[in-house]
Amino acid sequence: MSERVLEVLKAKFGDAVLKTHSQFGDDTAIVDAKSWKAVCRFLRDDPQMSFDMFTDLCGVDYPDRNPRIEVVLHLYSTQRRHRVRLKCAVGDEDMGGCEVDSICDLWVGANWFEREAYDLVGVTFKGHPDLRRILMYPEFEGHPLLKDYPADRAQPLVPYRTEAEAGVPLEKLAPFAHDEGMPFGRHPTREHGEN
Amino acid sequence: MGELKQVTLDASESSGFATTKLDALLGWARKWSLFKYPFVTACCGMEFMSLTSPRFDGTARFGAEAPRFSPRQSDLLWVVGTISQRQAPVLKRIYEQMMEPKWVLAFGTCASCGGFYDNYTTVPGIDKIIPCDVYVPGCPPRPEAVIDGLMLLQDKIARGDKTPGIVKPHEDPAAGVVKLRRSKDSER
Repeated sequence: MSERVLEVLKAKFGDAVLKTHSQFGDDTAIVDAKSWKAVCRFLRDDPQMSFDMFTDLCGVDYPDRNPRIEVVLHLYSTQRRHRVRLKCAVGDEDMGGCEVDSICDLWVGANWFEREAYDLVGVTFKGHPDLRRILMYPEFEGHPLLKDYPADRAQPLVPYRTEAEAGVPLEKLAPFAHDEGMPFGRHPTREHGEN
Repeated sequence: MGELKQVTLDASESSGFATTKLDALLGWARKWSLFKYPFVTACCGMEFMSLTSPRFDGTARFGAEAPRFSPRQSDLLWVVGTISQRQAPVLKRIYEQMMEPKWVLAFGTCASCGGFYDNYTTVPGIDKIIPCDVYVPGCPPRPEAVIDGLMLLQDKIARGDKTPGIVKPHEDPAAGVVKLRRSKDSER
């Protein structure tokens, strides 16, 4: 539908557009992280593009890749009625250099989405006016949607009561058996040598 | 009305008066005047609305209707829904602000044990944070189950019983009785 956008991007930015693909009517351009903001500015300001609506921004962790974090941006043009997906990859396996330019000053709506991506995946957005956690609390350590964040690690703000205080058993049973739910391979029952 | 088990009516006196133990009187008074603080955080709130509205009338019948949105004036904390780690200090503070005597009812599976949320962000049951008197499991619990829980709590208040109680699963007594109107063999 908007493959023309990809053609224009490739012609305009050349090598900075690393890869493009179109599937099921969704057109994606993977761009170099260094030209992230330039591409975004072009998409917003060029009259042929005029992407005036910021739809979504998120971070995805691919632990087997290097760079491992992918920042995904969805844009829509209410005038041209076309949309595009823009991706860039940042960060090495130890999350070093995991930063990209903020696009808050291009689309105001990106503000909280960048905070969310920072909070959950740990992408630093350079030039963001107020890069704080948005969902988790300030005391939280680490970024919970990274694949190497332990699935059973909670960081309670209030220390849990002991069983002696409560007078009832407080241990939580695993909500799923080892063959249900939990698609990412956490098997609490197997760890305890049962089944 | 509830029963005062230890009431003695002195019929010999013409004026007529009753004697009872102070504890029993207090328990009777408390169990029929529960002022609730609804701490409603999630989808169980819909079922809570259904419970309190006329169709089930699950609180007014038990003297537990009037909500007080100040913890200072309430004595029954309804925790309705999932409690996240970020909310935990708020819940604990609300509980601490309530006056004694006070009771806590965990409405639904999430409040009781965290439900199917087993992750970094959800408190696995409010009893990790504050004492809990009655657990009502269910996702969400049916209003009948909540009424069971409320009656259980009243019973515990009257007896001065502080141990936590869990609403047991019910079988629908009509389940075996009701038959489909039209089956293969039936005549029309």
